Amino acid sequence: MLNLINTSFDNCIKCTVCTTRCPVAEANPDYPGPKQAGPDGERLRIKNPELYDEALKHCTNCKRCEVACPSGVHVGTVIQLAKAKHGGFKKGPREFMLSHTDLMGSLSSPAAPVVNTVTRLKPVKKLLDKTLGIDERRTLPKYTGQTFRSWFNKQSGTQEQFKRKISFFHGCFTNYNDPTVGKHLVSVLNAMNIGVSLMKKEKCCGVPLIANGFFDKARKNAELNMNQFARSLTETECVIATEPSCTMTLRDEYPEVLDVDNSEVKDRIFFASAFIAREFARGNQPDMKPVKLRVAYHSPCHLIKAGGVIHTMELLNSIPGLEVIMLDQKCCGLSGTYGFKKENYSTSQSIGQGIFDQIEALGVDYVVTDCESCKMQVEMNTGHTVLHPLTLLAQSLT
Amino acid sequence: MPEDELSFQDKFITSCHTAGIRAEALTPKEALRIEPNVNPQLLGAVRVPDGTIDPFRLTASNILDAEEYGGRLMNYTRVTGLIIENGRVCGVHCMNIKTGELIDIRALQVVNAAGIWGQQITEYADLSIRMFPAKGSLLIVDYRINSMVINRCRKPADADILVPGDTISLIGTTSEKIPYSDIENIRVTPNEVETLLAEGEKLCPIMAKTRVLRAYCGVRPLVSLGDDPSGRNISRGIVLVDHGKADALPGLITITGGKLMTYRLMAEMATDAVAKNLGNTRHCETAEKPLPGANGKNADVHAPQVSIPVSGSAKYRHGERAAKFLSDDKKQNAIICECEMVTRGEIEYAVNNLNAKDLVDLRRRTRIGMGPCQGEMCSCRAAGIVSEMTHADNSENALDSIGEFLQERWKGVRPILWGDAMREADFSYWVYDNLLGYNQLQSLPAPVSEQLFTEQDDNVAVEAA
Ligand code: SF4
Ligand code: SF4
Repeated sequence: MLNLINTSFDNCIKCTVCTTRCPVAEANPDYPGPKQAGPDGERLRIKNPELYDEALKHCTNCKRCEVACPSGVHVGTVIQLAKAKHGGFKKGPREFMLSHTDLMGSLSSPAAPVVNTVTRLKPVKKLLDKTLGIDERRTLPKYTGQTFRSWFNKQSGTQEQFKRKISFFHGCFTNYNDPTVGKHLVSVLNAMNIGVSLMKKEKCCGVPLIANGFFDKARKNAELNMNQFARSLTETECVIATEPSCTMTLRDEYPEVLDVDNSEVKDRIFFASAFIAREFARGNQPDMKPVKLRVAYHSPCHLIKAGGVIHTMELLNSIPGLEVIMLDQKCCGLSGTYGFKKENYSTSQSIGQGIFDQIEALGVDYVVTDCESCKMQVEMNTGHTVLHPLTLLAQSLT
Repeated sequence: MPEDELSFQDKFITSCHTAGIRAEALTPKEALRIEPNVNPQLLGAVRVPDGTIDPFRLTASNILDAEEYGGRLMNYTRVTGLIIENGRVCGVHCMNIKTGELIDIRALQVVNAAGIWGQQITEYADLSIRMFPAKGSLLIVDYRINSMVINRCRKPADADILVPGDTISLIGTTSEKIPYSDIENIRVTPNEVETLLAEGEKLCPIMAKTRVLRAYCGVRPLVSLGDDPSGRNISRGIVLVDHGKADALPGLITITGGKLMTYRLMAEMATDAVAKNLGNTRHCETAEKPLPGANGKNADVHAPQVSIPVSGSAKYRHGERAAKFLSDDKKQNAIICECEMVTRGEIEYAVNNLNAKDLVDLRRRTRIGMGPCQGEMCSCRAAGIVSEMTHADNSENALDSIGEFLQERWKGVRPILWGDAMREADFSYWVYDNLLGYNQLQSLPAPVSEQLFTEQDDNVAVEAA
């Protein structure tokens, strides 16, 4: 018998809206959808844990079901926790490699040129496909030779001159793969007379760890991060993250999924767009030059969940000359590590097809999105370069 | 619980031991480990051998077993009188309450096992068995909050037992004397709901935030043996009367009293009495023979394509008989009731093999409509299947069936109409009435499908639709 703590599944009125919004259920007939995998299945699992359905493995934790639910059921969380409780995660070397992003980053980044060349070689991709099950058709993320932290430390002196300060949670991708967004955040905030500081230490927020079932490791990271946040917040106004999934995890998943109390700092964790949009609204808006571009904006699932799309749109709309077309709010299909797995490749691609087609048909200059994983997926599947909103903002300042 | 006397525990344990029942005292910590949702304020606990049965499964299995031995079930057939010829009961006059058809059934021996209605049956022969109707109400909650029966360790009182049953738990029961004339018109009162919830919460505090699915009441067929206003101390003993001996009216035997716990023994006693009157002295074997489906969830049924929640639920309900409908046929595996994982195959099996003629029957055989949505998702789907199987082309029948079913569900939901149960009921109403236009369809002169079928010209038919 379980100790029933999270019983949000009990609020489900069976309207099935969640299932109509689930990208996986739409693309993969083997997945019974969030209603059945979540609240319906939970009653059965409480009755008898043997009634666990292994089809739950197909869920990507995109959280679209939760956004859609009119009853406040934490559908995605119910599913993740059920997977964790009932051994529903396959935790092989591939899962380890894909999910331990900070470990892989700290190993690969120093040897970036070599790693980047090697991982683009056909035979290597074949090997990864055959031995680990990482689909050979995927473009693997590149690593940066100079991490964001080492770049930042070299210029951190300039941050001292600002009276106002925020702490920046850079996340794994910005640090090890591509520091561009981090650099742009620094220049945008500096233009607004706000200085940036980093936590003494930060660990991966845990989103890939949760998605692959490494809950203990994720919890450890969460505890370290929360300690660091508390310390850092004694000197700064708030913590800002530029990656939607990190933001959602730090704020919502820590207490809900990992049972890590973040109530002390939760209200001071902001998604970059939300913070900047609020500053703009208060009059702290630097002069902006026109950026004459036509772009399509793709809203990432986890940003929809975190409720931040509106802020990003506000920022984009504040850039003079920029024409922004909002794409349909559909999932790109990569879902972090999910789409890298060989068995998910075709589902992942067919989920994203709608977005790819829409982008191709629009003929825009760039695609814009806040999420690194969406960026990878769109760049691999369309001829377009994908920019972060902060990059456009930075461009309008110079 | 702190408010109960701890001394009762010792008395309880000693009494168990005297009666030869194992009883072992547990520390609060041990009790919480076994049942984590139990009230952490408990002072102590006693573990006794206890179990639960599923009344729906048990009934269906008994019927199936009887039919396999040549018995015949006539549902919805009310006994309206006894056929008495030459001072002997030779059968019963009946009426089919659905069709109004009058039927006479003749038999060498008639057994009156009509529960609380037993008094009425004997009255047909001017005999008197005084029943003592005691109404009991209970609440069904959305999911299992306990895995074994949890009982308050105190003198029997209202709402002192929490029973897990299939996917739900139920808190019961109240006990209230009612006049015999009221047995057809009982309802759960707000006071009873309040008592059940307040006391239930003391057993498991989680009940305070758990959705109540429905309230239910029934009448205990107690036989009056004393003058006890609450009905609590009345004997739950078995009463077997051979009216040939007792009242010089041969051909009629009444079996009543007892509890579900003793139902099989009661059946054996009644059957032995019948057999004796018929001159059959063979020893009764039912105690040694498992009922159909007795293997339950351990049944060895092979259907690899069926998902575990579906096959597991089917096996739990039908045991080895699930093999009759669990297959790799995609159409058969379509899930009709999503709360309880009932497939099209199971519904067809229940219609064909378990005397389910409409949705209300089907619910008792399969659990459709018993989950949190109380029929919202499955009623129309299942009605279509049953209608297809039993009354081809008669959509009116399907509509009636949906209406009757949802009304019956509504009856149980009404006493607990707040919170999520209210949202759910409102949503169901919206779906069936506002979206599907149930009430308008009902008042149409003829079923829509018939109008369509009689129209030869497709275009006209579409316009008419
Ligand atoms: S989290 Fe995403 S993939 Fe998982 S059930 Fe919800 S909508 Fe579907
Ligand atoms: S959207 Fe929410 S209420 Fe509706 S079926 Fe899904 S979980 Fe239940």
